[in-house]
Amino acid sequence: MLIDTIEGKKIAGHRPHPRLVVNEDGWRFITSQLSAGYWTLLSLWGDTGAVHMAVLDASAGEIAVVTMPCPGGHFPSVGALHPPAIRLERALRDLYGLEPVGLPDPRPWLDLGFWDVQHPLGERRDAPPRRPPYAFLPAMGEGLHQIPVGPVHAGIIEPGHFRFTANGETVVRLEQRLGYVHKGIEALMAGATIDAGARLAGRTSGDSTVAYALAFARAVEAAVDVEVPPRAIYLRALMAELERLANHFGDIGAICNDASFSLMHAQCGILREKTLRVAGSCFGHRLMMDVVVPGGVARDLASGRVTEAASLLEEVGRRFPELVELYDNTASLQDRTATTGVLRGELARQFGAGGYIGRASGRAFDARKLPGYPPYDQLDFEVPVFEAGDVNARVWVRIREVEQSLALIDQVLRQLPGGAIRTTIDPAGEVREGLGMAESFRGDVLVWMRLEGSRLARCHLRDPSWFQWPLLEAVIEGNIVADFPLCNKSFNCSYSGHDL
Amino acid sequence: MRRILFEGLMRRPLTEAAPVKDEEMLVELGASVERAARRRLGRSLSIREVDAGSCNGCELEIHALNNAFYDLERFGLHFVASPRHADVLLVTGPVTRNMREALERTYNATPDPKWVVAVGDCAVDGGIFSGSYAVVGGVSGVVPVDLHIRGCPPHPSQLLKGLLTLLEI
Repeated sequence: MLIDTIEGKKIAGHRPHPRLVVNEDGWRFITSQLSAGYWTLLSLWGDTGAVHMAVLDASAGEIAVVTMPCPGGHFPSVGALHPPAIRLERALRDLYGLEPVGLPDPRPWLDLGFWDVQHPLGERRDAPPRRPPYAFLPAMGEGLHQIPVGPVHAGIIEPGHFRFTANGETVVRLEQRLGYVHKGIEALMAGATIDAGARLAGRTSGDSTVAYALAFARAVEAAVDVEVPPRAIYLRALMAELERLANHFGDIGAICNDASFSLMHAQCGILREKTLRVAGSCFGHRLMMDVVVPGGVARDLASGRVTEAASLLEEVGRRFPELVELYDNTASLQDRTATTGVLRGELARQFGAGGYIGRASGRAFDARKLPGYPPYDQLDFEVPVFEAGDVNARVWVRIREVEQSLALIDQVLRQLPGGAIRTTIDPAGEVREGLGMAESFRGDVLVWMRLEGSRLARCHLRDPSWFQWPLLEAVIEGNIVADFPLCNKSFNCSYSGHDL
Repeated sequence: MRRILFEGLMRRPLTEAAPVKDEEMLVELGASVERAARRRLGRSLSIREVDAGSCNGCELEIHALNNAFYDLERFGLHFVASPRHADVLLVTGPVTRNMREALERTYNATPDPKWVVAVGDCAVDGGIFSGSYAVVGGVSGVVPVDLHIRGCPPHPSQLLKGLLTLLEI
């Protein structure tokens, strides 16, 4: 079992998983377990004078948070042995000023040199007036050229910089530079009320607002140890699945559009719009922002609206199979998506890649199953897994998940309990800590927090994209530049969720 | 594929009626653009979208303008890939410090006459993100703004209404 093998002091008031304070040896032991592939890194984040990491033992189905105090301002780098931690440590270094000793890539990550302060979450200092320009990694060889793209991109998408090195049409190296939409969410969280924190969490990545609000609410509820009314639990699942449907429709259409197959884009756009309209009419907001709140949900589903949701299921159930057939039978489209942008299964497992990215490369992880949360334990659904790891497989995971979400919504509507929709959250004056996870359409969102009374002392939000963005760099290698939009869209990582 | 295309020919269009004009927006925009827009642009606007730090919620609804229901292009409005081709910059987000320079450079790359439309509550004054070390707080703190479209995020029909205000006055 995971916890038994870690030597450390268990912290009381951390729920639902244990938190252990370890020394440097303990920290190194966990790093070695991650590096050997026994455990999966769920997140790594800073705190005042300490670093935390959340780890998953998938075989035992256990999660633990481990903490290493670092009074000297440094700790042994996890990234030195386990590459998925590198960007998290670079971000932690920017935000807290704590030094991961042995970090293979010490370049700044979120701090692009435009802030007035250094280490905004740690010991704040005035930013140095001038910094050397960011050194992109070299790619050497004859006939190579660079293509810089962004931060302002050609489409209606979020900003980020991509530096391609290509040999003719073939990409030799892609290097991402992110952080452009860093808003300082974790600093705004510190000292915020629970309600204000919930609104911020819901705007960390707008496309996953329900999943973020849910992970945040679950962390609060774990920390203060309250039960959510059954009706609220089912309404949360309804919203989460509507969000998944809308995003998957958008993605399937957009991937095909990047192969210039606009018919799919137009048709999927209609299904997406209809889903958003049902969401808007059921919950008063098309993206369902601020409806999932700590303690339950802020808005009940009127009985008349159930038929609207049911008729959406009927219409999608009728239209969607035609579109799937169209996708499957269009050879020119398949030619673009099949065997393009292959992600090897071992990389997906090493990085703990969640969502359609992991599941298209054989990693079956889904937070609805593990750690699992209600009402999914009462509902019948499957987690579709493919092995090919290409753009096509990532499309097929979405297609199968649309079918699963339709079935889930059907079950939720049939089993929807009556009664209250919200419990009051009444945190006593003491310090409590909680961890919450929720499966967004993109993968698992993790929220960790420490509450001091009714205020957040520290809240960390980890987007699934942290473990997916780096894999896009690996996936594009050897593909042609023109296939980058397809690869990128099939990943559809969040910039805002990553940049915070 | 043939069946889906054929159905598209036979079915009533999904596209909705054009929204009515919004008096408040008309007032904000003022008379300065009144004749110029019509004369110089001939009822057509090219829009360059710039995400200056949004949570991507606004982008989702801006995307929706291209779907069959809102069909932006029927009004002569369309999105372009480069600021050099744009008449309008549609800017979202509280403007992060990390995006400030990129926004300024995009604005400077856009030829005159040009208009800036700030989209979303946080584009007005930073909204929920104001006060952060990482945020400038509002698009008008960086480039001159001609029109604000509020909402978190604004409904596509509000976006449509706002953009049409640029043309219809």
